Amino acid sequence: MAPSETNQDAKTTNGNGELLSETAPRERHPAPLTAGNMFARLAGIGVLLLAVVGAFLYLGAWFSPQKLTPARFVDEFERVGGVHSGFRRNHAEGVGVRGFFDSNGQGARLSKAVVFQSGRVPVIGRFSLGGGDPHASDDLSTVRGLGLQFSLPNGEQWRTAMINLPVFPFKDPRAFYDNLVASQPDPNTHQPDPAKGAAFLASHPETAQALAIIKSHAPSSGFDNSAFYGLNAFRFVNADGASTYVRWTLAPVQPYEAGAGASQDKNFLFDGLIASIQQHPLQWHLVMTVAQPGDPTDNATLQWPEGREQVDVGTLTLDSVESEETSPARDINFDPLVLPAGMAPSNDPLLSARSAIYSQSFTRRAGETKEPSEITPSEVRK
Amino acid sequence: MSAKTTTNRQQFNGSMRFLHWLMAGLVLAMLGIGIAMVASLGDYHLLASIHRPLGILILILVVIRFVNRSLSSLPPFPATMPQQERFAAHASEVLLYTLLLVQPLVGWGMLSAARYPIVLFGSLHLFPILPHSVMLYAVLRRTHTFLAYLLFLAFVAHFGAVLFHTLIVRDGMLSRMVPWRARAR
Repeated sequence: MAPSETNQDAKTTNGNGELLSETAPRERHPAPLTAGNMFARLAGIGVLLLAVVGAFLYLGAWFSPQKLTPARFVDEFERVGGVHSGFRRNHAEGVGVRGFFDSNGQGARLSKAVVFQSGRVPVIGRFSLGGGDPHASDDLSTVRGLGLQFSLPNGEQWRTAMINLPVFPFKDPRAFYDNLVASQPDPNTHQPDPAKGAAFLASHPETAQALAIIKSHAPSSGFDNSAFYGLNAFRFVNADGASTYVRWTLAPVQPYEAGAGASQDKNFLFDGLIASIQQHPLQWHLVMTVAQPGDPTDNATLQWPEGREQVDVGTLTLDSVESEETSPARDINFDPLVLPAGMAPSNDPLLSARSAIYSQSFTRRAGETKEPSEITPSEVRK
Repeated sequence: MSAKTTTNRQQFNGSMRFLHWLMAGLVLAMLGIGIAMVASLGDYHLLASIHRPLGILILILVVIRFVNRSLSSLPPFPATMPQQERFAAHASEVLLYTLLLVQPLVGWGMLSAARYPIVLFGSLHLFPILPHSVMLYAVLRRTHTFLAYLLFLAFVAHFGAVLFHTLIVRDGMLSRMVPWRARAR
């Protein structure tokens, strides 16, 4: 048939207006394309498809090998600390604990989170030592960690990972990464190059300042009498919708005792914790420090000025300890951004990065065979 | 409604076209968010907070879309399409529907197996759909990445086939799905 404007809307139907066949029976037959036109159209299609694929891979940082991604960050942890099957890439050595948190209701004026209403919620936790080696010897100067998971009655969770340093030595993920690179063991000496460490400090005055504050807080004798700091600021939202920036600290009820120094026991910190918790439940006050306008919320290397309001929101009690091999804590990612409604991240760049990197570490170790941990089940029972 | 438009059976009906373009936008956004979030430190949390509820929305929409499609009559393939091409088009549709259904379920399942809270908005969260097992999580996490790349490739193939029909064969393939009402041919 001859295609024309007038019959374009015609349909091949029978008398009842139904289509006669399954396929469109009356097709226009466009004029054949010239070879040049055909080539241009095919090339156009190719370019469009490549652009789509390129945009997708660009978003995935395929073309930016210098960009810090969670995978590249964890690769660096592995270069420094090694790969130990089934273990966290940092804070690899630890033990699980259980207990509960008794909220006194004082936190409710800061945050509507259910955890701050008066009452008790169960807690699973993990004490750890910094570093990638799950069998390292305990040392007073090693960073101590405490990860906690609060299970709220409405099914929400609050997870936090705290350390015993009053400030964090690095202001952003790049600084943390560069320090990791600087502390990477030299392939010949198997020791970090002191010159690289010095160069890092020289170019990061905020780290040098933070280390001075850290040095002024001598580590206590054990996990049980350590304070633990949340370090990053968080934004709390109360029932009226009012926002407040806070940082939190766990202040030990167990009295401070200075560390005695070297010990014969390779695991003296963990063994001390086990002995202590088996003697009596250990307790900490959860204290919220409330920011004033202008206090830095995006830089964990800086302390907030003295005299900021402190709100004791309740007491954490840890009354049992177990080896990672039997503890549910082993399989928990203490992601600091698992937060209940009423708690939100601040603009601190470390928070999202921690969430991303913890998740990457968790994903890697989740699929690995779980090797025995340093603190075995029998060690906890003896 | 005029007789002309009601008898145009060359085009997918309005609800099918609406769901197609809505999901096209959401799924493309989801693929971009997914690949960007796993490569990001600073935007990871924000993107992950969008990724979870968006995935559940896509899961709901794909079920609605499948039911809607089952209840609708479909326009015929253009006469220019040979039998093998029709088979390929049908197979790619089955693949796309399957991926759009399975991918959110794998995402939900992997968070369930890791016992992450599956937060949608505020305190609203989903129940776990699989038992607690980090090994299962690890397998599903890898599966989620694999299916994401497969879904992206299926989208590229779909896009390429439509471009080929529109620019080279010029058989009006695209007019079957354009958001506006195409004139019957």
